[in-house]
Amino acid sequence: MAVELLKGNVAFAEAAVRAGCEAYFGYPITPQTEALEHMAKRMPELGRVFVQAESEVAAINMVYGAAAAGARVMTSSSSPGVSLMMEGISYIAGSEVPAVVVDVMRGGPGLGNIAPAQCDYLQMVKGGGHGDYRSIVLAPSTVQELIDHTVLAFDLAEAWRTIVVVLADGSLGQMMEGAELPPMRPPRPPSERAAWALTGAIGRPTNLVSSIHLEPSEEEAFNQRLQAKYAAIEAAEVRVEEHLTGDARIAVVAFGTAARLAKTAIAAARDDGLAVGVLRPITLDPFPTAALRALAERVDGLLVVEMNAGQMLQDVQRVVAERVPVRFFGRTGGVMPMPEEIGAAIRELAHEVGAADDAAPWQEVPA
Amino acid sequence: MTTAPLATTPVYERPDALTDVPTHYCPGCTHGIAHRLIAEVIDELGVRETTIGVASVGCSVFAYRYFATDFAQAAHGRAPAMATGLKRVSPERLVFTYQGDGDLASIGAAEILHAAARGEAITVFFLNNATYGMTGGQMAPTSLIGQKTTSSPLGRDAASQGSPIRMSELIAQLDGAAYVVRRSLHDVVQIKRAKKAIREAFEVQQRGLGFAMVELLSSCPTNWGMAPDEALGWIRDAMVPAYPLGDFKVPEGLRPARKGAHA
Repeated sequence: MAVELLKGNVAFAEAAVRAGCEAYFGYPITPQTEALEHMAKRMPELGRVFVQAESEVAAINMVYGAAAAGARVMTSSSSPGVSLMMEGISYIAGSEVPAVVVDVMRGGPGLGNIAPAQCDYLQMVKGGGHGDYRSIVLAPSTVQELIDHTVLAFDLAEAWRTIVVVLADGSLGQMMEGAELPPMRPPRPPSERAAWALTGAIGRPTNLVSSIHLEPSEEEAFNQRLQAKYAAIEAAEVRVEEHLTGDARIAVVAFGTAARLAKTAIAAARDDGLAVGVLRPITLDPFPTAALRALAERVDGLLVVEMNAGQMLQDVQRVVAERVPVRFFGRTGGVMPMPEEIGAAIRELAHEVGAADDAAPWQEVPA
Repeated sequence: MTTAPLATTPVYERPDALTDVPTHYCPGCTHGIAHRLIAEVIDELGVRETTIGVASVGCSVFAYRYFATDFAQAAHGRAPAMATGLKRVSPERLVFTYQGDGDLASIGAAEILHAAARGEAITVFFLNNATYGMTGGQMAPTSLIGQKTTSSPLGRDAASQGSPIRMSELIAQLDGAAYVVRRSLHDVVQIKRAKKAIREAFEVQQRGLGFAMVELLSSCPTNWGMAPDEALGWIRDAMVPAYPLGDFKVPEGLRPARKGAHA
């Protein structure tokens, strides 16, 4: 495979095809529609399933059905569409069937707009649907990672029998950059579907895919089993990137596109003599608690940068537990934080905590 | 011993496609009849091991307990979408949904209409008892004008609460729907006709002819506040006039041509 110039939405759709995705169900919504369009062309030509559903509600329930049959299945959408999927996501979690959901986030709340945002963090990381469930949430920051995370998402979903969310944003979905697609993996033949799947009870006891446990003690036992699974996921699946944190006195904590912008910002800050690094959670759930706590032990201050009003901030504050000052810089409504703005916030924090002693004199950033 | 065994002919047995589990349905409710008819047809077609059912939300939420086939439990109204997912990735399996009127005609109206419009190769059993049974007898989209329910205590008023939806007639208009009929479970003759329709609805799927739905007028003695026989009479006298029995769409060639039958 070679590096190609790829649009994010097309790249993750093609990555899913190459990861052996057997069925795609979706509904058009900007800024992810190119993924649906790519699947509309690719899946039928490979003899696989593509259905444009009547709504995101129907799309996620089609995913639920195909997942219950043991097929590799996905959907993709953007924030308002993902809100409609919350019912189905809860049922999928409550039935422990594997499914992949890509959310190309846009500005909200409500209809909002179609510009890049990260304002679905709480919805996707903390649940969103009803009940005590969690999802594995991957946060790509480049088109290459969007590809890699989509492939990984299928494997994680099946390994843990859980929902895996790839939490991208309109910027990643719409941008074109060089990336390499994975080799084509043929879909698993139907004869090799999981033992729990609804494949017809030929010569075996019947299978049931359900999220109902009417007896409270049974529901509680099920919940305890889910929580144990989530603990095992937390122990095994944390992924995090630390960028120039070795000597850092200040660290930016950011995910996805915001982390990418933060890296640009800290390059400039380092040129000015500030020892700054970036901690980028790649898995938002499980959250990189240990890495962040260790970093908080050795830096003087943390700056959380997000394209929302401070959603991951709550997790950072929880983990850091006032070991060091935690400050926040965010833009909302689909406005991207510019590296200069992030740089200004870094300098402000550095001055506040006395980490800017060796740095170049403070300069106002022109508006 | 040369005594000849007592000659016995079984006249009533549990179909293999039903589990040996007492149902939770109220005395006099026709869900049990519908379950049995579907199970008998599954046995007769020899498809128990290749059929996947999708239960809905409402009184039939526990349908999966009673059918000895693979089963999924869908969210309220979403059984046709879930069945779409199941069928599309398992085209060689028979997939059926079992839904009540609140599930199919209210919260799941979009899902059933679009599954039919797409011509999904699934079989839908639609139990219409004109009320929400599981939650205690609220007004359903199929409740009759004037019907007293816990949420239409003065009787359903068309001006403020709308009119009953005739789903079979609505769905039969869609090109994707191949087989749409309405039957009733209020007496033996109707029950026999219902069974034949259930069989045809599975055959439509087996032959790849498209979407099939059998609407079954059903009783809810508990929430109607009637004795079981009275409730059957109410289906006949009140429901059938509002929901005429008959074939709304039957694919050509499904039934053998009868000699002397008018075209």
